[in-house]
Amino acid sequence: MDPLLKIVIVDESPVRSAIIEEGLREAGFTQVTRIEEMTNLLARIYAIDPDVIIIDLENPSRDVLEQMFQVSRIVKRPIAMFVDQSDSASIQASVDAGVSAYIVGGLVKDRVKNILDLCISRFNAFARLQTELEQAKTALEDRKVIDRAKGILMKAKNLTEEEAYALLRKTAMNEKKKIAEIAQSVITASEMFK
Amino acid sequence: MKEDPRLRIGFIPLADAAALIVAVDKGFAADEGLDVELKREVSWSNVRDKLNIGLFDAAHLLAPVAIASSLGLGHVRVPILAPFNLGLNGNAITVSPELYAALTASAEGNLRDPMVSAKALARVVDERRKQGRDPLTFGMTFPFSTHNYQLRFWMAAGGVDPDEDVRLVVLPPPYMVESLANRHVDAFCVGAPWNSVAVDLGVGHILHFVSEILARAAEKVLAVRERWAQDNPDLLLRLVRAHGKAAAFVENPDNHREVAAILAAPNRVGCDAEVIMRTLTGRLKVSPDGTVRASDRYLLVGRANAARPEPVQAAWLYAQMVRWRQAKLSDTLLAQAQAVFRPDIYDKALAAAGPMPAGEPADGIGAFAGPAFDPKDISGHLKGWVIPR
Repeated sequence: MDPLLKIVIVDESPVRSAIIEEGLREAGFTQVTRIEEMTNLLARIYAIDPDVIIIDLENPSRDVLEQMFQVSRIVKRPIAMFVDQSDSASIQASVDAGVSAYIVGGLVKDRVKNILDLCISRFNAFARLQTELEQAKTALEDRKVIDRAKGILMKAKNLTEEEAYALLRKTAMNEKKKIAEIAQSVITASEMFK
Repeated sequence: MKEDPRLRIGFIPLADAAALIVAVDKGFAADEGLDVELKREVSWSNVRDKLNIGLFDAAHLLAPVAIASSLGLGHVRVPILAPFNLGLNGNAITVSPELYAALTASAEGNLRDPMVSAKALARVVDERRKQGRDPLTFGMTFPFSTHNYQLRFWMAAGGVDPDEDVRLVVLPPPYMVESLANRHVDAFCVGAPWNSVAVDLGVGHILHFVSEILARAAEKVLAVRERWAQDNPDLLLRLVRAHGKAAAFVENPDNHREVAAILAAPNRVGCDAEVIMRTLTGRLKVSPDGTVRASDRYLLVGRANAARPEPVQAAWLYAQMVRWRQAKLSDTLLAQAQAVFRPDIYDKALAAAGPMPAGEPADGIGAFAGPAFDPKDISGHLKGWVIPR
């Protein structure tokens, strides 16, 4: 591993690119630059003159990088690791994680494989974080809906809070639905009766 | 080996994916026993790579990318076949209001004539150089794209060297309009709906439909890996048949509203149905003042034998790759490029296309400048240009 390799991360998600940069720095790479602004992307990359470029697969600017294969004035030419068919396991891992890497110049692929592996695991970590965040958000939303439905039932049927919740839960089980869905139906119905 | 009818097909949200999208959403693919899952993608690199490594069974692909991939230009070599043209033409060149004004002032004749506009561009480029201003920047979608070659062919005919006199930059289509508005580019060549979006926002004038530059330019193809075609000969024919029916459906004016509504869906092209209608009918608002230009060949989806992939179209695209130094000139590469386009598969699936309708160019290309294109004499064709590079 060469800590002096210049690595550029092209990612419009500042959180994710920060996570990747941190991972690379922890692994000992000192020359890591993040690009989050896609305007004049090529000029920015040329100014940095990186050895390795990391870009997410959901970024339309991957096509901009393709231009680097063209310009004959640029001596260094990147190779896309993603399309190198010699290692199908790492290609699959890249696609699943949603990341691709370009090696610039004559670097040996093995020397940057650990960089790609690291990025893949960081991309996956970010995806997990996002899923957890979504789940937490949904849980919070669900709780709000259930609380409102409980209030409606308590008032309409003169129930205690425990009884209202038990009713929601029983209905959900009978209907094979989530409690939050039943709660939402209660709210919708009560709006209609207003 | 039993052929698996569950297919994953990648596409980019553009109007010229119409035949593919209609084949799936109107049930023509299902009628052929195919279970197609359409995968919307954000970049041509993704479409190419996912097709190449087998994550897609087929794809809506830039015709020159199918050729480049088969020749191993820029990337690993993966032989690709194109048994069906999804569309001929369909792009337009849009310029900023400032550049439009400058071209109008420099034009000697009607700016709608591409030779007049190309020569006007040469004068504007010259003027800017004398004033010490930055060269004009043109956006296009991909190094191996018809857009790239159409822009270059047009400006070079007027004496503008696309590598020395202007800057040509790749821009993802969704960024085109914003880049024109922010003055990061002065013009672009892109497919529908993006030209119309720029005009509607008042940030661009459509200068040319590319059909004014080339009468029959292969734009997007239905692409499959050669290997996949060999393993799935029956599926391939069924897929092409579904596309043939879909293309006929798209071209029927009675169906335009329905097709526009299908394409407008958020998980398909995802834009205003009215804008798609302009592409289908070939009636485009070209200027923010409301001027409309109509063409009967803005985008050809199957009519005038457009869907039949003609090797001469592949040869023309290969000639452009040689002209702009993306590929070397050799008989072997030429033969390989032409072999990407497979009219034999098209004919087998759909019964041979009828004779070419009257008014179509004899050389199968119909360029606005230069002699007729002869695929047997590419070096002679290239020597004829003032700007040989």
